[in-house]
Amino acid sequence: MSDFAICLAVSAALFTLGVVGVLVKRNAIVVFMCIELMLNAANLAFVTFSRQHGTVDGQIFVFFVMAIAAAEVAIGLSIIVTVFRNRASINVDDVTMLRR
Amino acid sequence: MLAPTALLFLPLLAGVLINGLLGAKLPKWFSAALGCGAMGASFLGALIVVPLVSGGAVGDQVLWTWMAAGSFSVDVALKYDALSCVMALIITGVSFLIHIYAAGYMSHEDERGLSRFYTYLNLFVFSMLVLVLGNNYALMFVGWEGVGLCSYLLIGFWYDRERKTGDSTYPSQAAKKAFIVNRIGDFGFLIAIFLMFTTFGTLQFDAIFSNAQIAEGGPALMWGKPVLWWITALLFVGAIGKSAQIPLYVWLPDAMQGPTPVSALIHAATMVTAGVYMVARSNVLYTLAGTGPSLVAPVGIITAAFAATMALTSFDFKGVLAYSTVSQLGYMFVGVGLGAYGAGVAHLMTHAFFKGLLFLTAGSVLHAMRDVGDIRRMGGLSRKMPITFVTFVVAALAIAGFPFLSGFFSKDAILLAAYQQSQWMFWLGAIAAGLTALYMFRLLAIAFLGQSRDQKLFDAAHESPWVMTLPLIVLAVLSATAGAVLGLHEDGLFYRFLADVLNAEHHGTTTMTPMFISVALGLAGMVVGILIYRGKSVDQLNRGNAISALPRAKWYVDEAYDAAIVRPIHEASRWVLWRFVDKWIIDGIVNASAGAVYAVGGVLRNVQTGVVQTYAALILAGAVVLLFVKGLL
Repeated sequence: MSDFAICLAVSAALFTLGVVGVLVKRNAIVVFMCIELMLNAANLAFVTFSRQHGTVDGQIFVFFVMAIAAAEVAIGLSIIVTVFRNRASINVDDVTMLRR
Repeated sequence: MLAPTALLFLPLLAGVLINGLLGAKLPKWFSAALGCGAMGASFLGALIVVPLVSGGAVGDQVLWTWMAAGSFSVDVALKYDALSCVMALIITGVSFLIHIYAAGYMSHEDERGLSRFYTYLNLFVFSMLVLVLGNNYALMFVGWEGVGLCSYLLIGFWYDRERKTGDSTYPSQAAKKAFIVNRIGDFGFLIAIFLMFTTFGTLQFDAIFSNAQIAEGGPALMWGKPVLWWITALLFVGAIGKSAQIPLYVWLPDAMQGPTPVSALIHAATMVTAGVYMVARSNVLYTLAGTGPSLVAPVGIITAAFAATMALTSFDFKGVLAYSTVSQLGYMFVGVGLGAYGAGVAHLMTHAFFKGLLFLTAGSVLHAMRDVGDIRRMGGLSRKMPITFVTFVVAALAIAGFPFLSGFFSKDAILLAAYQQSQWMFWLGAIAAGLTALYMFRLLAIAFLGQSRDQKLFDAAHESPWVMTLPLIVLAVLSATAGAVLGLHEDGLFYRFLADVLNAEHHGTTTMTPMFISVALGLAGMVVGILIYRGKSVDQLNRGNAISALPRAKWYVDEAYDAAIVRPIHEASRWVLWRFVDKWIIDGIVNASAGAVYAVGGVLRNVQTGVVQTYAALILAGAVVLLFVKGLL
């Protein structure tokens, strides 16, 4: 098994962990962290392919993803704080107002 | 010929646009001056055309191609010949006088009303000129519909007026009736146009008339009648509607709900004679098809006598004149039906003068009587309104056929044609001529002579201002002298002028007998009318007898139409179309489609749980499915 394959396998494992976390966890903070996990799994895949093909494109993408993830964290956390203030809970099952 | 054309049409168009678009902001004097000025310019255009036409043949003037499809093409083209020139002159001349008169009569309207009135009036004359000057049936139909529209708009001019006590109808309803009844006639006209297109491949007058011979001997189209018979008969259906003949005359008496200048212009002098013009214009077809003596003339003569009985029993000033108009239009159809096209057109012209005048005097009386039209409340008006009275007498004498006034020439030319061809038509026509004199002098005796029957109205009555009396005087002069001056006697100037267009036919020898008979009956009618009705009290007038009961109820024709046509359509629409088709079928389709969408939505709604993680799971499932479809997993 080559180094590339190992790296991709780790990336896939991280991504799957993230997806499962997003789907099953009830705590909004944990769901949020799982999303970060998925993003970083994607970053790892980007870097691996960049290395494999000998090009720099993938690494540039990683910088973009990191910058956007930082912005997303700021917005996401503020949303969670606001929800907590209003509902006294950060359980995602309690936030179903859009249904009505 | 471009200059007279422009002068005929463009000022009217400008009047319509300016008064129509800016009217409410313009001062009243300006709206009236613009309407009259445009009309005057148009009249000038018609005057210029006369020497050009009488000087020699003027070809058709093609302005532009209206529509072209394959070998078929219709031009917007004008035909200047003796007939259209005479018609244009009558229309613009009488219209000009009535436009001036209306400035006085309509002076109580506000800015919006007056400008609207002149917009419609100018548009009417414009359409009427298109009707008589067009060189093909399509353009004639455009004018035909245009005048119908203006007639509708002007009958309903006071559309916000309610039913007055004693009136059987009110303006907006009368307008609808006129429009719908005319629709029936227009349907016939339209079918005739289609037939002419399939038969001749063109709608141009000259092309059709020169090819008419070919279609004459053609195979039977329907009911054993050849195509030419059907074309002329269906054209005549159009004429019956527009010119108010039996059985479609019922709209004209109701049309008196419009302002009186409108009654004078549209429902006496010009529009209602469009049918006569059409038959005269199509004289080649009618002569070949033979529908004139067998269809046109009988309808005309029966209408003439029938309407006269109702004129004799009506108590409404304008009502008498309306039935009189129906009756006189019947005479014109006798003339054109029996091949005496010149006589029909001559009566059209003299009728425009004296009936236009009669309506204008009626307007003058109504103006003085505060819009009370019931002659049982009039009486003795000759002392209050001398000019109106004198002009009315001139018009009454003219319509009654008093020797050497205009009506005498034209009516006797028609009766002569009837005498030579059909005895029963002649005698019916002569009796109707006697009735004409009788009802006119009955009206004169009740309204103008004797003592007042309503002192309060009588005291307030006054002679009209000069803008109204001047047109009266001009029309009175025309009514009196037109016959002698224009040469309406046999082979006179008028007939020689029209000879090229109207293929005059002469039957048998000229005889004076019919003239003596009709003049004798006419004079008898005048004397009897004065003797019977002068100084009668209201009670004496109201007292009917077995003979007058039926015509006084208008022969129950309106009631018969109501029972036979209006009610059944109304009830069928209510119970079948509304309560069943509309409610169950049309509403059913709409409601069923809405219900189906609602049901599908009800199922799909379950997807929207509001739980974020459900959506995330669905996104994941979607991504996996996509990858499978793309073959990447």
